[in-house]
Amino acid sequence: MKTSTAGTLESGDIMITIGPGKGLEVNLQSSVEAQFGAQIRAVITETLEGLDIHDARVDAVDKGALDCTIRARVTAAAVRATGKDVWKD
Amino acid sequence: MMFVPGNNPGMMADAHIYGPDSIMLDLEDSVTLAEKDAARLLVYNALKSIDYGSTEMVVRINPLNTPFGRKDVEAVVKAGVDVIRMPKTETADEVKELEAEILKVEKEIGAEGRTQIMAAIESALGVVNAYAIASASPRMMGIALGAEDYTANLKTSRTPGGAELLLARQQIVVAARAAGIACFDTVFSNLDDMDGFRSEVELIKTLGFDGKSIINPRQIEIVNEVFTPSEKEIVKARAIVAAIREAQAKGSGVIAVNGKMVDRPVVLRAERTIALAVAAGVISKEEVL
Repeated sequence: MKTSTAGTLESGDIMITIGPGKGLEVNLQSSVEAQFGAQIRAVITETLEGLDIHDARVDAVDKGALDCTIRARVTAAAVRATGKDVWKD
Repeated sequence: MMFVPGNNPGMMADAHIYGPDSIMLDLEDSVTLAEKDAARLLVYNALKSIDYGSTEMVVRINPLNTPFGRKDVEAVVKAGVDVIRMPKTETADEVKELEAEILKVEKEIGAEGRTQIMAAIESALGVVNAYAIASASPRMMGIALGAEDYTANLKTSRTPGGAELLLARQQIVVAARAAGIACFDTVFSNLDDMDGFRSEVELIKTLGFDGKSIINPRQIEIVNEVFTPSEKEIVKARAIVAAIREAQAKGSGVIAVNGKMVDRPVVLRAERTIALAVAAGVISKEEVL
């Protein structure tokens, strides 16, 4: 696994950087950490486990992203980091 | 139909709040080559998760002859998109190729026949082949003009009056009507010229288009104003439809309303006026019955 990034720092988005790690380590910066931090971390972790990734360090900078955006950005960063696409062709 | 860049999650989350009839999430020209993978995932997850209500959801994919097109089809069909918009369509064979690709994915997920196709016509060859494209597949729900590429292909440029687009617009309306599908006009990019925008919407309505592509929520109100029949038009249309129903009940096909002869084309126009009024929400379906 190489270190890769997906997403932006624009409002409504989340920037995800994924690199090598032991276990799943999620470092989150978010202005809504107090209310939604646990949920954001859960979405990140569930998405990675769904991609069969169990060892990675994740740095996330959240700008108020919806869960579907978090899933999309985590998947994009993971695909870039591992080179394994989720689509067929 | 409001265009929304497929790699902008903030805009994708809010687009339906403004009430467009349809939203086109774009994976093509508004997304850089380096972000095609991320935009595809964003559009897939948005379609799966965001409740867009009754808004028709369209995704403009990349052409199938690029490294992105087939993956785009897989993603958006699996996400349950209503309509796939093909960019730069030039032949009926391209529609058939997309149709086969869609069917392959639909079979995999047990959803055969669910996805419709809209073809964007953006070149001289596409305009020449408009009817063949419009009638290439039972999945075809509409054709649309993409004027920026078309004018570049014609070796001209866009003007406020749109003289350079007249033939393409008329060809597209005629082709769509001959094929029994819808037709949509191109975007108007100058957001500072709302009078020019209104004139263009009035022109394309007169030409027979079913709708206009827009790039900003500020343009929605003007399109709705132009396409919504006036109260006077609705009253007249309802009088015609009521009179013809009464005449038909008595076995007669031709009637007069307010001293003017009413025959089948007049009735068809009246029915179209009522359909537009219902679509715009100014009268209810129950009122029509």
